[in-house]
Amino acid sequence: MSEQKLQSQTVQTTGHAWDGDLQEYNNPLPVWWVYTFYATFIFAIVYWVIYPSWPFGKGWIGGLSDISYVNSAGETKTHSWNTRALYLEDMNQAAAAQKPYFDKVQSMSYEQISRDPEITAFILSSGKALFADNCAACHQSGGQGVVGFFPNLTDDDWLYGGSYEKIHQTLVGGRRGYMPSFSEVLSAEQIGDLANYVAGLSGIPHDAAKAKAGDVLFHSETAACYYCHGADAKGRKEMGAPNLTDGIWLWAGVAAAPSSEGKVAAIRNVISTGLAKGVMPAWGGRLSPEQIKVLTVYVHDLGGGL
Amino acid sequence: MNFNFKHEWIETNIGLMAVLTMLAISVGGLVEIAPLFFIDKTIEKVEGVRPYTPLEQRGRDIYVREGCYLCHSQMIRPFRDEKLRYGHYSLAAESQYDHPFQWGSKRTGPDLARVGGKYSNEWQVQHLVAPRSMVPESVMPNYPWLLSTPLDISDAADRMKALRKVGVPYSLTQEEYKANVVKFGETVAPLLHIPDAQKNLLEQANFGNYDGDRSGISEMDALVAYLQVLGTMIDFSKYNDDAFVDNR
Repeated sequence: MSEQKLQSQTVQTTGHAWDGDLQEYNNPLPVWWVYTFYATFIFAIVYWVIYPSWPFGKGWIGGLSDISYVNSAGETKTHSWNTRALYLEDMNQAAAAQKPYFDKVQSMSYEQISRDPEITAFILSSGKALFADNCAACHQSGGQGVVGFFPNLTDDDWLYGGSYEKIHQTLVGGRRGYMPSFSEVLSAEQIGDLANYVAGLSGIPHDAAKAKAGDVLFHSETAACYYCHGADAKGRKEMGAPNLTDGIWLWAGVAAAPSSEGKVAAIRNVISTGLAKGVMPAWGGRLSPEQIKVLTVYVHDLGGGL
Repeated sequence: MNFNFKHEWIETNIGLMAVLTMLAISVGGLVEIAPLFFIDKTIEKVEGVRPYTPLEQRGRDIYVREGCYLCHSQMIRPFRDEKLRYGHYSLAAESQYDHPFQWGSKRTGPDLARVGGKYSNEWQVQHLVAPRSMVPESVMPNYPWLLSTPLDISDAADRMKALRKVGVPYSLTQEEYKANVVKFGETVAPLLHIPDAQKNLLEQANFGNYDGDRSGISEMDALVAYLQVLGTMIDFSKYNDDAFVDNR
């Protein structure tokens, strides 16, 4: 040991000197810290007793804390605390709070709902959340749709029908739009004639002579357009075939075409290649019957009709 | 104090200190991880969960390649709000064949554990190419190259072989195939047979036409096939809502 001073003796050192004179204070821990440390031990032991803790054999010790819930089979069950039991209890509580409203929604007819301001208000607020979570990705948050992809729900034009019953059917089972290709059945000239006729139905400038030939073809067995679109070309909702006379074009790209020639060409293109678009997923397996009824009324309120 | 003596003893014996340090930090792992391998209820016993088909697996590889997991989790937690938005909470059984799993807690975008069947193929394609054309407020990047890049199918079998090595029950031999028939049924087992990987991939892609373009098989076909199967393997209507409550 050198002649340098050893460290102060007021606080004890660990009693060991490195390299001749390096020493380390041995300050005691603050009392509050020590007792907090011991308190965490006690907390842990209490926690083990109340909540699931140690693995034991093929399972684990469940703890004293229990959760009661009613399952979907209607049985009341008690389970040791865990997140899944807690979730069921939480779902029970929410279902109980909403039950008076959902019971009314389920028991009332659509006409009764539309006359009941309280239930209508409930549907507008809960339907808005359901619509945002499930429908808005395609039909957009206001229900306006996307031209070229997904139909507008706020107008009067309904591919499969805009009544409560039809909207309900669409929601539960989904829809699959389809128009066959006519390129192998009809000649290019015939398809051109049909395109001019269809353009004329909604007032798009067209070749009248060709349209006249197209008119005959439309109602003939050769092209048989009227099977799906109807003899008056106003569409048949049971097939999801659109009205061709109202100037609303969802998929054909007619609205986007700058010239009347372009519009006729867009129609010709659809007749030629057909369409395999317009898939609406089925929601019957994903949403509850009450949620689907709420959405039915909500969507009908956006622009439902016939 | 006796304590001082021990303290010094450990500090001056580096080998002993290393051993004691390892023992101390192993406790957490031993208590929290090791029991999961011995507890019966770690993985729920459910019907329907199967390994991905070759096409879905290629889609999954593209999902990982493009880093989708950086913004999207695939784990619905057992909370009421998650159930209302995403559906039934995720089960451990549903990711038993995932290597690596796609759980996670980082959600810049929504959870995708049950996105399968929620949107049409057409929506998925358009949304991947130009997300803001479908969801105006989205911050998701555009992935247009998925539609224009042909899918490389040459290594479909090799990818399945690699997964087989880490325990996914893809079959290579006839015995393994027969075991899969017993385990997954006669319709699923052929899809998991490695020698038929390319044939199965082409069949599913041509039949499903996920990207809406019949002229070829793109990376979009594979990715959409994968997205459309997510969370759809279990039919939850077969189970009571508390069927899995013992598994936690």
